[in-house]
Amino acid sequence: MGLQGWRNVLALKTSKNNNRAAWQRAFPVPLSHSQITRLYSRFHSLDKGENGALSREDFQRIPELAINPLGDRIINAFFPEGEDQANFRGFMRTLAHFRPVEDNEKNKDLTSGEPLNSRTNKLLFAFRLYDLDRDDKISRDELLQVLRMMVGVNISDEQLGSIADRTIQEADTNGDMCISFSEFIKVLEKVDVEQKMSIRFLH
Amino acid sequence: MASSLYLCLLRAVFLVCFVNPLIQGLSGDANVVQNPHHELEENLTGLPIVTFKWHHVQTPYLVIIWVFVAGLAKLSVIELNHHVTSVIPESGLLIILGFILGGIVWGADKAQTFKLLPPTFFYYLLPQIILDASYFMPNKLFFSNLGAILIYAIFGTCWNAATVGLSLWGCYEAGAMGNLDIGLLQFLLFGSLIAAVDPVAVIAVFEEVHVNEVLFILVFGESLLNDGVTVVLYNVFDAFVALGGPKIDAAEIFKGIFSFVVVAFGGSFLGVVFAILLSLLTRCTKHIQIIEAGFVFVVGYLAYLTAEMLSLSAILSITFCGICCQKYVNANMDEKSVTTVRHAMKVLANGSETMIFVFLGVTAIDTEIWIWNTGFILLTLLFVFIYRIIGVFLLTWMLNKFRLVPIEVIDQVVMSYGGLRGAVAYGLAAMLDEDKIPEKNLMISTTLIVVYFTVILQGLTMKPLVQWLKVKRAAHSDLKLIEKLNNRAFDHILAAVEDICGRIGDNWWTRGWNRFEENYISWLLMKPKARRNRDYLFSIFHKLNLEDAVNYVSEGERQGSLGFIRSDEAANVDFKKQFGSEFTDVMPDIMVDMSNYELEIENFSATSIVKDTIPSVSLDIHGQDRKNAVDDINAHHLLQQHLYRSRKNHRHKYSRSHFSINQSEDEVQEIFQRTMRSRLESFKSAKMGVNPAKKITKHHKKELTHKMANGHPDGTGHLYGDEVDSAVGSETGAIRGTFMRDTYTVGAGIENPVFLPDMDSPTHSSLPWLMETEAVAPSQRAQRRLPWTPNRLRRLAPMRISTCSTDSFLMADLEEHEEQPQTDHEEIRPAFD
Repeated sequence: MGLQGWRNVLALKTSKNNNRAAWQRAFPVPLSHSQITRLYSRFHSLDKGENGALSREDFQRIPELAINPLGDRIINAFFPEGEDQANFRGFMRTLAHFRPVEDNEKNKDLTSGEPLNSRTNKLLFAFRLYDLDRDDKISRDELLQVLRMMVGVNISDEQLGSIADRTIQEADTNGDMCISFSEFIKVLEKVDVEQKMSIRFLH
Repeated sequence: MASSLYLCLLRAVFLVCFVNPLIQGLSGDANVVQNPHHELEENLTGLPIVTFKWHHVQTPYLVIIWVFVAGLAKLSVIELNHHVTSVIPESGLLIILGFILGGIVWGADKAQTFKLLPPTFFYYLLPQIILDASYFMPNKLFFSNLGAILIYAIFGTCWNAATVGLSLWGCYEAGAMGNLDIGLLQFLLFGSLIAAVDPVAVIAVFEEVHVNEVLFILVFGESLLNDGVTVVLYNVFDAFVALGGPKIDAAEIFKGIFSFVVVAFGGSFLGVVFAILLSLLTRCTKHIQIIEAGFVFVVGYLAYLTAEMLSLSAILSITFCGICCQKYVNANMDEKSVTTVRHAMKVLANGSETMIFVFLGVTAIDTEIWIWNTGFILLTLLFVFIYRIIGVFLLTWMLNKFRLVPIEVIDQVVMSYGGLRGAVAYGLAAMLDEDKIPEKNLMISTTLIVVYFTVILQGLTMKPLVQWLKVKRAAHSDLKLIEKLNNRAFDHILAAVEDICGRIGDNWWTRGWNRFEENYISWLLMKPKARRNRDYLFSIFHKLNLEDAVNYVSEGERQGSLGFIRSDEAANVDFKKQFGSEFTDVMPDIMVDMSNYELEIENFSATSIVKDTIPSVSLDIHGQDRKNAVDDINAHHLLQQHLYRSRKNHRHKYSRSHFSINQSEDEVQEIFQRTMRSRLESFKSAKMGVNPAKKITKHHKKELTHKMANGHPDGTGHLYGDEVDSAVGSETGAIRGTFMRDTYTVGAGIENPVFLPDMDSPTHSSLPWLMETEAVAPSQRAQRRLPWTPNRLRRLAPMRISTCSTDSFLMADLEEHEEQPQTDHEEIRPAFD
């Protein structure tokens, strides 16, 4: 769906006999009208090429991301495998990970598969930031790269290496010196991921 | 060294200047001893060698002694057992200490000779606190929440004043407090002085409680602005009381409302005028840099006094002066002056705050003011508390109808509970005219009790309350490294996603204002130089990087794409040889070490590399078990210290006692450089269509880095990123050296229209998670030598060196081959010889 397509979707909003349910059927992502409108206008203003999709450059132009140590990794999360354009649907899908988990949602929606903002999916999002080669394991090198991004330059490499080793030891249960996704979930089970990976704006 | 000395001197001078006239207010009996001179001279019989001239110095001496005592009080409070300070807020402890000091004075004099008098408070203690708060106000946050802040400040305060006053009056009429000589207007006057939440107390308590930034700015902004409102309200009711009940008709009430508007907006406007004046002034202080920092204080104080003179709101005036001038003043002044201003502001504000709390305590030890009326006092406490809660919830309920992000219930609870009253209320109460208000002392004592109750008790219970409300979050602390790491990662992710979603307050109005500000106001108020240097940092830097890339690509094409990389590699190898031979001559024993590394590098045992570089932190995880616990703590500590804070955690926080702005700026700079560099790498590799052969060069690079670090004579050489530094890093380090000159001459203004960002994307590598992986840290030497801050972009050029010279020795090497003298090279030579 190109830009025109999304304009049509937005036009739906204005039609009178269109209720919220129909709107949500049209959209895979449950968000309120005003939020989608707002995010669409944001999407549109980010889209400097005006082709209905965002490129990496469009994201990199956001100045705050340049001073976010994980900025570029997060940008990558917006691009599905093998693509270098993110359309509005993809944009929304990625952002939907950050919707807060509502109480009434926890036992709902079991029929339609896991929602994007579930705990597991939130964790998976974080996990993929580490797992560059997508083998569903965080290797020591992958961990070390992220560590290096997230710490200041005043820490030496063998210090960092030892931290990485320890981190892996903490999580690694089967002794393969890698952190698999199930190990990742297990070791972070006490962390309140639902809260920490939700932004208030995406209610 | 010299500058810090200068700073200290300056602080001392400021302290003395500001606090000097304090004693007239502080000591009630200061003017008893006016002219002691001739008495002394009459008794003179011979030439005295030493005379005791207490009366000459009495006034300033007492002031300084009190300042000193207050400082000591602060010191002792800070140095107290941390269990105590973590439970009781500092402001509360200072008040309690004030009680003790007051008790001592009382014991000595049998009367309270020192107390906080309104003129002292309003003219010498309050202005610098307000100026400091406004000067460090996070403007963007403030203005994007200005609507809510104004509603809380104006309507919230009026609500508090009216309801408290009316309810007390109702209770009085119902006979709840016996026989008092207070009418409805007096009750309203009292309500208006007790209505305002106090910025001094609020900041002191909120600093210790971690709240989100919106809540923080709401409470902070409200407390700043409603001081202005409450003073205006107080004056209006004071005038009404003076006028007397029967004379007040609709016209007078209308005039009251009108004067309220005029005084509030007039004060704000006056502040803006002084801010413009100050900005214009700092435009032309280039040649008197040594005193330009003083102008900020003097003009700010002038704004305050002028507003007071015109009977406009002085607090609002100095608030808006600080808020409006900060941007331009910081851009116009020399960096040293900016630092001076910041330090001096903190010294003054923090000192005043301490004095205020101590004297709030000291004042209490005075039998004169204490008149107890159980009904009045308890009912006041109750109403102040209840109506604050009702007011906050009511106003928030209305505001939430218009807010995209509603204010949550928990925030509302914290807001209403954080309604601390403070010294402003006391100052206003002490200013009451006893002729018009017979029960003045009752009001003072009630105000004091409200202040103590809110500051000490509410301040004490604030933290537990917040923790209790957020019990889910506080239940678990980071026990494991991976939790610590991931929690931080979550913060970064959230910050990034929020940035991607855009700022909430970003709309047509703000964009329009920004354009206007950029085009006209900055033109008027900023030095042309500062204007040019302002933070177009990101876009310019991006552009420059792309220019570099253009050159890189065109050069690569000229030479044939892969030949380029090959020649670079040859350079590395050559350098290695040369470097080695030089070293064998000078330090043979280090060569031994180096050969060790070369062996060890083969099997990548990161823990055993370079043990002797930083012995204190060599963490050998395969070592003895008893070392493990220590190491564990070490690792946690290291990680805690060195993880970049998320911007969410360090931006937009105002603190009166700390300012770590520089540190976070450094971090931001570091991250920025690394990001830009990694983007450049990925850009280049995409442009070249080559995936650089990491394996080949990695080992050279590693060895070189180790040698470098080890051989560095002063031992400060750290190891950076030999894991992270990819082959790409070393290439471009060298290559950028080659093109440095070109880009310098090209300059920032010229851009190649053919090569705008759009050109870039299609050749990116296909796997998104595999893209641009490695960030590269600039070498510490480069960092230390070439600092830059976002507002000093004129250093952009050296900054670019620092971003590219992560391996400056590689560049030096390259220069040797290509016979290009460069500063980096010159400075590195001695390290080799």
